[in-house]
Amino acid sequence: MFRRLPDAAAMAARELPFTLDGEPASGREGDTVAAALLALGRRSFRRTAVSGAERGPWCLMGVCHDCLVTVDGTGNTQACLVPLRAGMVVSTQDGRREVDR
Amino acid sequence: MVGEAGEAARSAGPGAAAFVPDDAVRCDVAVVGGGLVGAAIARGLAGRGLRTVILDEGDVAHRASRGNFALVWVQSKGLGMARYGAWTRLSSDTWADLARELRDETGTDVAHQRPGGFALALSEDELKKRLTALVRMHNQPGWIPYKFEVLDRAAVQRVFPQVGPDVAGGVYCPLDGHVNSLRLFRALHESFRARGGRYLPGRPVSAIARDGAGFGIETAEGPVRAARVVLAAGIANARLAPMVGLAAPVRPQRGQVLVTERCAPFLSHPLVSLRQTDEGSVMIGDSAEEAGPDDRIGLGVLGVMAERAVRMFPAIGRLNVVRSWAALRVMTQDGFPVYDQSDAAAPGAFLATCHSGVTLAAVHSGPLAGMIADGALAADMAPFSARRFDVSAVA
Repeated sequence: MFRRLPDAAAMAARELPFTLDGEPASGREGDTVAAALLALGRRSFRRTAVSGAERGPWCLMGVCHDCLVTVDGTGNTQACLVPLRAGMVVSTQDGRREVDR
Repeated sequence: MVGEAGEAARSAGPGAAAFVPDDAVRCDVAVVGGGLVGAAIARGLAGRGLRTVILDEGDVAHRASRGNFALVWVQSKGLGMARYGAWTRLSSDTWADLARELRDETGTDVAHQRPGGFALALSEDELKKRLTALVRMHNQPGWIPYKFEVLDRAAVQRVFPQVGPDVAGGVYCPLDGHVNSLRLFRALHESFRARGGRYLPGRPVSAIARDGAGFGIETAEGPVRAARVVLAAGIANARLAPMVGLAAPVRPQRGQVLVTERCAPFLSHPLVSLRQTDEGSVMIGDSAEEAGPDDRIGLGVLGVMAERAVRMFPAIGRLNVVRSWAALRVMTQDGFPVYDQSDAAAPGAFLATCHSGVTLAAVHSGPLAGMIADGALAADMAPFSARRFDVSAVA
């Protein structure tokens, strides 16, 4: 659904390796976690705490809280507000976060 | 008496001149106040076949019912009034029946649970103070004994493996529980309407006067005539009570609440200062401030609450806070409820006020509504009368 624009500067950006649900993945420098996941074709980022329905990024500006993922062990992290870094461990979230993760 | 509102209107004396009979809402009982206390009583009255109306200020009201902590709590209630301990205990013992009735009548599950509750102490001194108060409470004349346990740190850890290093011990009482109080509020109103009650919002009451055998009530949207009136208007009871010859010496007392994002269940029991809701949020709050009618939050108090909560359960420190609010408890000088009724010579006016609208919902809907329907409070309700604040009467 999403593809990267053929923008020269963006295409030249450095590749950033990270881990997504235990698998090696990569994004580009300047991506947010949400942008990287969308560019990889991910539409569902989590399942909701109450009904278990799938959710993905909606507003991409920190308001809707639908893009929550677990980043480096911290649950309910807004993927659209966190810049991707090399080596990040990202996982999609199934329902409620744990109190200590 | 009941059902005579129409008769009373036709035979109304001079006092009725201010009310236009044809426009007036008529009912057997008018309950002033549509919060948890008013709705619980009104539901009980409607269930006893009385034509019952709730006169409510509406969503602009100071609404403790939307800001409370949602405990159904027993363990700390009643030092100084054994009758209050027994009344609280009765409500706790019948709460599951209320929850079942509400589910059957409205389809709403109010998530009542009674796993027993804890009060954790962050020092030996705190634990000792709590224990001393409990022993004094249970040694009162007329106290109906119930079980509680004092736990040392190791015993607390067996129940809560994630407890923090500062917790010295705690008190456990198997009678304590909690609910989803917003669903309770909604379910009480739904049940009230399903039982034939009428909820009238936008009706702040400006005057109540005796009118023949009943009462004429002036509201913002016109007059109401009722054979009986029940004042359950929280802080506004202080203003309304003298209109029917009663007193309600109540003041607002601010309590603040912090709520975190939802997380997987980790707290098996409610604490007096901390609980995990049925939906997974963690609520933190047991503050009490004398701030008049000011219901703004303050970072100082919220900070202390958060700090104590994290010392009890360090893992909570990783959760995001999503909401905070303040609400106003309806507080008497001694902290106990007031249930009162007008003189036997001119019966028909009742008053109910407390700061435990959740805990006491079962007795408000049950026995208290029954007494009001029967026309008089039972003799054993006398300790709750506001006459206890009248120094000359007590001396």
